[in-house]
Amino acid sequence: MFRTFSKRAGLLAAATVSALALASCSQGASGDGGSGDSDTIRVGFSQLGAESGWRTANTESVKASLTEDAGFDLTFVDAQQKQENQIKALRDFIDQDVDVIAFSPVIETGWDEVLQDIKDSGIPVVLVDRTVTTTVEDPYVTWIGADFRLEGEMAGEWVAENHPDAKIFQLQGTLGSGAQVDREEGFEAAVGADAIIGEATGNFTRAEGKVAVEAALQAYPDMDMIFAHNDDMGLGAVEAIEAAGLTPGEDIKIVTVDAVRDGLQALKDGKFNYVVECNPVFGDQLAELIKQVVAEEDVPLETVVVDKTFDQSITQEELDARLY
Amino acid sequence: MTTSPVQRIVGAVWHHRLFWPVVALIVLLLACQINSPGFLSIDVRNGALFGQPIDILRTAATPLLLALGMALVIATAGIDLSVGAVMAISLAVSLTYLQGSASAGEVPTVMAAVALGIGVALLCGMFNGFLVSVLGIQPFIATMILMVAGRGIAMLITQAQITTVTSAPFKFIGSGSVFGLPTPVVIAAVVFVIVAVIVRRTALGMMLESIGINREASRLAGVNSRGITWFAYALAGVLAGLAGIVYGAPTMAADANNIGLMKEMDAIMCVVLGGTLLSGGKFYLSGTVIGALILTTIERAVIIFHLPSQITPLFKAIVIIAVCIAQSPELRTWLHKAGGRMRTKTPPSAPSTTASTSSADDPRKEVAVS
Repeated sequence: MFRTFSKRAGLLAAATVSALALASCSQGASGDGGSGDSDTIRVGFSQLGAESGWRTANTESVKASLTEDAGFDLTFVDAQQKQENQIKALRDFIDQDVDVIAFSPVIETGWDEVLQDIKDSGIPVVLVDRTVTTTVEDPYVTWIGADFRLEGEMAGEWVAENHPDAKIFQLQGTLGSGAQVDREEGFEAAVGADAIIGEATGNFTRAEGKVAVEAALQAYPDMDMIFAHNDDMGLGAVEAIEAAGLTPGEDIKIVTVDAVRDGLQALKDGKFNYVVECNPVFGDQLAELIKQVVAEEDVPLETVVVDKTFDQSITQEELDARLY
Repeated sequence: MTTSPVQRIVGAVWHHRLFWPVVALIVLLLACQINSPGFLSIDVRNGALFGQPIDILRTAATPLLLALGMALVIATAGIDLSVGAVMAISLAVSLTYLQGSASAGEVPTVMAAVALGIGVALLCGMFNGFLVSVLGIQPFIATMILMVAGRGIAMLITQAQITTVTSAPFKFIGSGSVFGLPTPVVIAAVVFVIVAVIVRRTALGMMLESIGINREASRLAGVNSRGITWFAYALAGVLAGLAGIVYGAPTMAADANNIGLMKEMDAIMCVVLGGTLLSGGKFYLSGTVIGALILTTIERAVIIFHLPSQITPLFKAIVIIAVCIAQSPELRTWLHKAGGRMRTKTPPSAPSTTASTSSADDPRKEVAVS
């Protein structure tokens, strides 16, 4: 009797499991809404996923800009950080014969075949945020995104100008990520490798940034500035510095990249000294670019999204305008 | 040939299963002190103890809370891979509740938020326990469900945003201090004592071990193996929930993608470093404490030694391999045989008859039901 019970319960559990699995991957994959209207521009957009607040803001910006009112028919597909999903979406776009294909490639390589197919079908490609390495010639007409290296450079230039003698501890992002590698490179080029007395990773998180800075305060007693690869780690650094009885922003200055709301708040409170923006809200620029591509106007091969910089003179209005 | 009491004590310490882990910890700490003078000094700032050793204790509180639950689960020859995701869920629940509440800065609200977070963590643990003890699903698979889906659940709760709140009493859980000690250390110490008393001053610990050695035989001997296994997973869930709150409280940010990521591996590592075998049947709570301290010290030492962070995993691996090799019973037997002509009395398999460092590891556990 117990046997039958446990068998049935097993089935029940299996059903629960598959329901859970379905629930966890039901986001994304919106249907295809192809309309034959000749005035609207039909755009297929394949987003790589929703792995961070930055990405979410980016997605929302794209959706808010490529609207019907603005003359677009957007088919948005979330690839959930899987290349096969993305390739499938791109092939669907070819079948639907959209006017423009835009996508943020989840990784750099492996796109040769599908990009060749798109090229053969004559649909122009706009790359968003990330780039591809491929053997296909002229695989895309234009790329739009942020320049991590430039962000690091801008941070470094401010430091070189305002605090040329700073002894800097660098709080790195997740090792090997594009944001970590390029921001580090740009920053070091601007301040010189000698100015950086030490570095450790905080994996882009507050908690790990805090732990790393706690140890760094002991290991590098003469440091007087921290360059954090994102705001969150900078906020963790603030915690550690305050716990050590020092004043963030004064005893140890903090420079970060991202400019999310919490980071700008810390800047306004005088705990950060300088913040370089990494702007995800470039849907309007993307929309403009797509219109130009469809009108067969000349477009630049690269469009670097304008990143602002903020110092402690930031106003309350600028802070309130920040949505993410 | 007779052995003097001194020799006997030295032999007992040498053969104690915690000997090598403790040596590794002391060596690490001393190396840090030599590399960075002042590392081991503790002073009082803002009315609380301050210093690297205190930071280590505070950081070790999270893996320790996870590892205490994990140790009991592993004792039943199980494993709980979901603890990292459960951390994310409980923190997400607590902070989302606080965010929606008008009085986030008041103690009763915070207590309700914590209770809610831990309550949900208990449900997660009960779910794991149900799958394992009632439905008989293999623990690895059963707990992997929540490990994978749990982060999705946490994302749903926070609506894929990083929920941040400001609440002084909640923050106190992570970065305040009680009697000069950081709150997380006090919490971890209290939990350690409670768990130790429950499992070692009652028969529960022995039953957990008997289940780990032979579930069917224990059941036939009258041990309520289903109920006790279920209890172990539920407790692991509760402790993971508490760990999530302690870990996330200082920054008050529920980052569902990252809170507790890979922390299940840290917890397993602490348990193993403490001398507990993954095959189940025996567990050591005091060893788990040493394991958590070693793990935390390794991570800190990398920065103290001015090493690049790329080295951290390698450095961890070296220390862990060294400790595991030193603990290997085969190696110890072999060494003992090599030195056997010197000592005649102390058999290698009875290390804890003397110099048991902690009351938590009652010698009674040596008599396992089998």
